[in-house]
Amino acid sequence: MISSRTLVEKIWNNHRILSNEGMDLLFIDRHFVHEGSHHAFHKISASGREVRHPRLTFGVADHYAPTGVGKPDEAMSVMISRLRENTAQHRIDSFDLSDARHGIVHVTMPEQGLSLPGTTIVCGDSHTATHGAFGAFAFGIGASEVAHVLATQTIWQRKPKSMRISVEGTLGYGVTAKDIALCWIGKLGTDGAQGHAVEYAGAAIRGLSMEGRMTLCNMSIEGGARFGIIAPDETTFAYIKDRPFAPKAGAWEQACADWRALSSDKDAHFDREALVDASEIAPTVTWGTSPEQALPITAVVPAAHEVTPAKREVVRDALEYMGLKAGHKLEGTAVDQVFIGSCTNGRIEDLREAAHVLRGRKAKIPGHVSPGSAKVKAQAEAEGLDQIFKAAGLDWVASGCSMCVGMNGDLVEKGQRCASSTNRNFKGRQGRGARTHLMSPAMVAAASVTGMLTDVRRLLERHQ
Amino acid sequence: MAGWSTDKGMAVCLPQANIDTDQLIPARFMSVPRAQGYGRFLLHDMRREDTGDLKADFPLNAQEGISVLVAGRNFGSGSSREAAVYALVDSGIRAVIAPSFGDIFASNAVNNGLLPAQIDEATYVALSQSLERGPQTITIDLGARSLQLGSVEARFSVDDSWALKLMNGWDDIDLTRHHRTAIAAFKNIRHQTTAWAWPNGAD
Repeated sequence: MISSRTLVEKIWNNHRILSNEGMDLLFIDRHFVHEGSHHAFHKISASGREVRHPRLTFGVADHYAPTGVGKPDEAMSVMISRLRENTAQHRIDSFDLSDARHGIVHVTMPEQGLSLPGTTIVCGDSHTATHGAFGAFAFGIGASEVAHVLATQTIWQRKPKSMRISVEGTLGYGVTAKDIALCWIGKLGTDGAQGHAVEYAGAAIRGLSMEGRMTLCNMSIEGGARFGIIAPDETTFAYIKDRPFAPKAGAWEQACADWRALSSDKDAHFDREALVDASEIAPTVTWGTSPEQALPITAVVPAAHEVTPAKREVVRDALEYMGLKAGHKLEGTAVDQVFIGSCTNGRIEDLREAAHVLRGRKAKIPGHVSPGSAKVKAQAEAEGLDQIFKAAGLDWVASGCSMCVGMNGDLVEKGQRCASSTNRNFKGRQGRGARTHLMSPAMVAAASVTGMLTDVRRLLERHQ
Repeated sequence: MAGWSTDKGMAVCLPQANIDTDQLIPARFMSVPRAQGYGRFLLHDMRREDTGDLKADFPLNAQEGISVLVAGRNFGSGSSREAAVYALVDSGIRAVIAPSFGDIFASNAVNNGLLPAQIDEATYVALSQSLERGPQTITIDLGARSLQLGSVEARFSVDDSWALKLMNGWDDIDLTRHHRTAIAAFKNIRHQTTAWAWPNGAD
């Protein structure tokens, strides 16, 4: 009798070459590299090794890509030229800054049809679970593992425990995939899914676009999960069809047939289950220095005495860093600047949602909009979204990781409060002493209009 | 990479949960080649003033020669940057002892000879209390999965395959190369049965 299996188990079994000491050696279908992969290229070059399958490897410059905001220095352009040299030397197709395929790795690779259901995808970046939105087993790896994949096209892994987060019901107006992510991480904690591969399921997930699914899977690591996955369906297939690297003709038919078998069996066992009611999710913002410190915009800043003793010091410390007072309403907190972009929320749908809020309005505070890829940028400009952002007073800049991580010099100054559509509110993430509030792109747009943390639903009502 | 089985060194406690990789090494230092050493970047913004001077009251700054960190749960959460491990290793750290670790951090650690030793909360409380007054000598026995610090004797856990790798100083690429025939055979079968998984034109 064949026992019931989860989606992850099915993909895992299809890629297992052999087992040793409780670890499995998995074949890797896609490997994405970026400027940060320089340690790994150095490691294989130093030992005289070759890239085993350069045509299953794709590169893009994103972390250090200049956007026209900050001041790039010499070290940053060296990082980009080093990627150029490494990928050229090993005959890897890499999307350079001038390439129409350029963008953030987790935005552009799906756009190119490189992220496919039932495949294994790795990248030296913790937000690689983004590609799990396609029903791929995708995960972030470190530099030593990048070197291993470059040299062997395989990776050693212990099978993770399984967890299903079911989001049933319908999302309210103005509530997005970002809010689902911040909601579950806020409830379960930043290590809530540690050691687990998370499968997102339920009616609200089925109702998400591919952009929304990518946002949700992208944030898995902020809840501790290295893997996030959603079973592929017609929405997935429609997104992939006819993209440059997607299977064509007979291969497309075969692929769709294989992909239709990719879902967890009805009675598959999950080590953990969590249930979220979509109708109870509000637009959500973070108030502290960890993604788990997230609350509905209607809430008040928590006090240290309200949490478990173990977390009291953490709350006190976060409030001090963020310059917030317990008991004050989150809504109305003055913000200094905004940022819309990143691998979490830099896709066309994200820009449409933000532009919808900003249409005919002015931003009271400065901010930047960085599309997730050159393709997103071109699409947004074709739709006139760039004009809406510019008319509102926001800067429309080039694509890259930009102010999410500040590696290209796009930094938030010390003590400045930034409403940001990114993924991490860690201390110093956007610059030393910078105060980051994570939220959806529509919520960021709302904050720019009022100069304060704002419930976007108020602004949407006027538009309806 | 040299393997190791026992370590006797000095331990300090960073009594905080969720010390993420952005704290372990801020992103702005990551363009530096490894050969230049990453030790000076370890916990840079936590342990240094804006001027770059070491903060006198930060536990890790108490003395030179610290080789073991005891920290709160979810150590190394966040980004996949292996530079966080380089910063620890280049500072002379051999082991981090905590109730839990970020998944990617833990595997990066093992790939660089750094032990992520997982302990229960009670052991964490005992160790952090013992270290309240400053650094102390600690002994770690990797084979026995045990540690001893003052009067605290405790067990820690680490994946068996990881312990083996740490003790032998194995490099995964060398090990995997022994399986190259099996890998090539697997690839050929996958290419025949699942041709769609290859990007247009790739072999």
